[in-house]
Amino acid sequence: MDEATLAKYQPVIGLEVHAQLLTHSKMYSADENEYGVAPNTNLSVITLGHPGTLPKVNRTAVEFAMKMGLATNCTIRRDNLFARKNYFYPDLPKGYQITQDKTPICHDGHVDVRLADGSVKKIGVTRIHMEEDAGKSMHLAGETETLVDLNRAGVPLIEIVSEPDIRTGEEAYNYLIEIKKLVEYLGICDGNMEEGSLRCDANISVMLQGAEKFGMKVEVKNMNSFRNVQRAIAYEIERQIAIIEAGGEVDSETRGFDAASGTTNGQRSKETLNDYRYFPEPDLPPLIISDEWLHRVAAELPALPQQLYSRFTGELGLSDYDASVLVDQKEVALFFDELSRLTPNAKAAANWVMGPVKSYLNERALTMADFPLDTAQLAGIIELIDAGKLNYSVASKQLFPHLLDHPSANATGAAESLGLLTQADNGELATLVQQVLAANPAKVEEYRAGKKSLTGMFMGELMKLTGGKADPKLANQLLRTALDG
Amino acid sequence: MPYRAPNLQNSLKRFHSLSEVRNELAAGTTSCRQLVEYYLGNIERQQHLNAFLEVWPDEALAQADAVDAKLAAGTAGPLAGMVIGLKDVLAYAGHSLQSSSRMLDGFKSLFTGTAVQRLLDADAILIGRQNCDEFAMGGSNESSFFGPARNAADPERVPGGSSGGSAVAVQADMCLASIGSDTGGSVRQPAAFCGVIGFKPTYSRISRYGLVAFASSFDQIGPITRSVQDAALLLEVMAGPDGMDSTASQREVPAYSQQLTPAAHYRIGYIADAIDNEGLNPEIKSALETQLDILRGQGHVVEAVDFPYLDFMIPTYYILTTAEASSNLGRFDGVKYGYRAADATDLESLYKKSRSQGFGAEVQRRILLGTFVLSANYYDAYYTKAQRVRRLIKDKTDELLRQFDFLVLPTTPTTAFKIGEKQDPVSMYLADIFTVQASLAGVPAISVPIGEDSAGLPIGLQVMAGAFREADLLAFAGVLTEEVVA
Repeated sequence: MDEATLAKYQPVIGLEVHAQLLTHSKMYSADENEYGVAPNTNLSVITLGHPGTLPKVNRTAVEFAMKMGLATNCTIRRDNLFARKNYFYPDLPKGYQITQDKTPICHDGHVDVRLADGSVKKIGVTRIHMEEDAGKSMHLAGETETLVDLNRAGVPLIEIVSEPDIRTGEEAYNYLIEIKKLVEYLGICDGNMEEGSLRCDANISVMLQGAEKFGMKVEVKNMNSFRNVQRAIAYEIERQIAIIEAGGEVDSETRGFDAASGTTNGQRSKETLNDYRYFPEPDLPPLIISDEWLHRVAAELPALPQQLYSRFTGELGLSDYDASVLVDQKEVALFFDELSRLTPNAKAAANWVMGPVKSYLNERALTMADFPLDTAQLAGIIELIDAGKLNYSVASKQLFPHLLDHPSANATGAAESLGLLTQADNGELATLVQQVLAANPAKVEEYRAGKKSLTGMFMGELMKLTGGKADPKLANQLLRTALDG
Repeated sequence: MPYRAPNLQNSLKRFHSLSEVRNELAAGTTSCRQLVEYYLGNIERQQHLNAFLEVWPDEALAQADAVDAKLAAGTAGPLAGMVIGLKDVLAYAGHSLQSSSRMLDGFKSLFTGTAVQRLLDADAILIGRQNCDEFAMGGSNESSFFGPARNAADPERVPGGSSGGSAVAVQADMCLASIGSDTGGSVRQPAAFCGVIGFKPTYSRISRYGLVAFASSFDQIGPITRSVQDAALLLEVMAGPDGMDSTASQREVPAYSQQLTPAAHYRIGYIADAIDNEGLNPEIKSALETQLDILRGQGHVVEAVDFPYLDFMIPTYYILTTAEASSNLGRFDGVKYGYRAADATDLESLYKKSRSQGFGAEVQRRILLGTFVLSANYYDAYYTKAQRVRRLIKDKTDELLRQFDFLVLPTTPTTAFKIGEKQDPVSMYLADIFTVQASLAGVPAISVPIGEDSAGLPIGLQVMAGAFREADLLAFAGVLTEEVVA
C-alpha cells in the first residue's frame, strides 16, 4: 500500500496481555503450578470442579498483581470482588472462570515506552485484573477425539488491558517488550510468548486522520511471538484501510493471525459472541487490601527498568543506547548495576558487559545466571587497565578467557601469574624503542619528514617486541620522545 | 382417617435425644451395634417411605463396634451413639453423591466435606444417604430422580423438601438425626411437615465445603432432630472456621449444648401480615395464636410488627437463587463425570443432550430462569434489582431482630399437601413464603412442631433470631418444644 493512502488513516490499537504468574500453587487451590509435567497430574477436586468444592484465593498471586499495578503506575483497588464468567468448554471444569469484572485490582496506570527515534510515549493501562487459566484442549494427529489436559486449569493469570493509545505495530511491539521486561524484573512471570506464559490479543481499528469516532474494531488473536504482534498489526491496518478505500465496511470480528502467511483470518463474528453472564462470585468474600499489606508489597518492589535506565544515563553518564541495551534483560542490568558500584569507570564497565561478556554468553547460548565470573573480578580487570597495568587487548584476549576457565581466581593474581602485567621498567622499554627505530630507518626518515601517522606502526612494532605487555601510555610517550627528539 | 405410623415391634424404644441414648449406653442396656441394627430394621420395614437412597449397613455396624470400644475405653467423642443420615448433597469420600439427580449417575465423591468430617471425628455413626429434591430444588421431594419420599404421617402426602427424605427418616425413627441443607427453607419446611425440628444456622456458620452448591450465597447445612439439645450439639460439632471455605465465619463456636437455659423474659415479635395472610391455613393460624398466648402467659413480651416486604420475598429469592444455580450447575456437562447422553454426535449435542436428559424439569426450569436473569440485557432489571431488594429485606429483618429477641411466624402456609397436588410451579414456590426471609437475611431460624391439624398432620412454628444468636434461639426453642415432640 502506498504511503499516501496509509497516511490518510489513523490506526487505533489497544492490547490485552495475559501473563501467567509464577506462583507455587494455583489461583484458587493448593495444586502445583508447574509447566511441562505429565498431563492431568497437577489436579485436585477443586481444580476438577467436583461438586461441593470451593475456591480459595492465592494471596501470592494477589501480591503479584499488586506489584504489576505499582510498576505500571496504577491505582490499587482496596476492596476487590471476584466475578464468574460463565461459558461451556471441555477445558473449563467448573463451567465458569473466576475473574474480576467491574472491580479490577489495578486501574488507571501507564507505561512509558521508548520508541526508535528516542522519544518516550506514555501508553495508558486501563486495568489489570486477576483470573484463572483454563485447561488445554489438544487435537493429536491420528486421534479423532479431543483430549483435555487440566494441569493449566486454575493457573493464576493477570490480564493487562491497555488504553487504545497505540498507533503502530512498532509501538505495540515496544509496549509489549516493556510489559515483558516489567514482569521479568518483578519476577512474577517468565515472559515467554512462545510457551504461552505471556499472551497478547490486539484490538485494532482505523479511522481517517482527524476523525473523532473510532472505526470498527477487530480483535486479533494467536500471535505467539513479539514480532508476530507487530506483523499482525501492520497487516491488519493495511487490510482495514484497503476495505475502506474500496468503499466497504470493516466487520467487527475476531481474527486469527497466521504466522506462515503473515495474514489474519476471520474466526467468528462478534454478533455470535457468548453472553458470559458475569455476576459476583458468591464463594469468595470481598478481598480487602489493607494499607499495611499494600505498603509491604510496595517496599518489596525490586529496581525496575525505568529506574535503572535513569541511573545509567544520569548518575553514570551512559548514552541512551548503552542504557537501553543494558536494561533490556533483567539479569544483565542487575549485573551491570552491581559492577558499576565497584568501579568508577562506568563506560568501561558498560563496554565490558555489552562486549566480551555478552559475546561469551551468546556464543554459548547461556544466560547471565550462567556467567562464571562475578562483578568483583570484572571490576578488577577494569582497575588494572585504568591503572595502566594491563593492556585492553591482553585483558580481553588472555586474562578474561583465563578467568572464565578459572573462575575462582582474582584478576590481579591471575594477571601476575600469567605475566600479563605491563612492565613498569622505563630503561628496558627505552631500549626496545631504540631497537624499533634502528630496524626501520626509512620509516623514521618519513616520520621526521612529517608523516606523523606512522606513530601507530611504530607502536605496533613495539608491542610485538614486548608481547603486548607495555603500558601503552608510557610506550607512546617514549616513542614520541625518541622520534621527535 | 388420619394415617398413623405403624406400631413397630422393636426391642428398643424410640429415642428422642442423644442424652437418652447415652444414658442407656452408660447403663449397658443397649450398645451402638444394637442401635444401628434397630435403625436398619426401621429403614428396612419402611422402604415404602423412600427416605433413603442408599444404606451403609456394614460400615455403620463397623463404626458402631468401633464406637462401642471407645465408649468402653472412655475415649468416645461427643456424638458417640448418634446414628445419622446424610442428605444426598453432602460429599463423603468413596460414597455415591447424586443430589437425587440422574445427572450425577454413578458419581462417587473423592473427598469428605468439612461438616461430615467433623461428625465422623466426633464419633457419629453414618447410616446412609437420603432422598431429596433434585439438587435441593423443590419443596416436596417430588423432583427427585428417585421418586418422592413419603410423609410417614400420611404416605399419600409429601414430606416437604428439599430435605424430604431426611425429615421422614427422623420422623419415622430410621435414624436419630439427619443432616440436611437449607437454601430457602429446605430443612425447616420438611421438618414442619414431618413434625420434627429443623434448624438453619446463620449463613456461614457451618462450612459449605462438601455441600453440593445450589445457591452459594444462601446454602447452609442444618440438622433435623427430635430434640433441641441434639440440634445444639450437632451445630457445635459442625460449626466453625474452615480453611477450605473462605466464606465460613471466623467467629468462635460457643458450646451451644451447654447454653440452653432460657431467659425468663424475651421480647418476641410476630409479623402481622404473615398471620393475616389469606393463604395461611386457619388451623395453622389458630395454633400459632395459641402459642403466642402461651408465651404471653409465661411473661414474655409479644408484639405485632410490620414487615413491608412480604410480597417481594419470593420473587427476590427466586431471581437470586436461580441465577446462582444456573452457574453452579454449569459444571454438570457430561464431559468429566456423571451422566453422559449416549446419542451425542458432537460437543454441542453432548452438552445439550446430556443436560436435557440428565436434569429433571424443575432443575431445567431454574437453570433457564437463572440464565435469563443473568443475561446481559436483563441483568440490571432482575439480578441487580433483586440484590438491592435483598439488602432492604436484610436490613429491615436485622432491624426487627435488634428490637426483638425473636421473630415468630408459621414455617409453612399449609400442612403437608398430597403428592402430585401442586402442578403449578408458582404455587409450589409460594409454599416457601415464610421460610425465605431468614435465607435472604442470612439469619438463623428454627422450625419446631407445635401440634397437628385436624387430619393429624404436623404443624411447625418458625423462630428467627439475629445473626450468630443461635444460643439464644436454641434456648428459646427449648421452651417451645418442652412437651411437644412425641
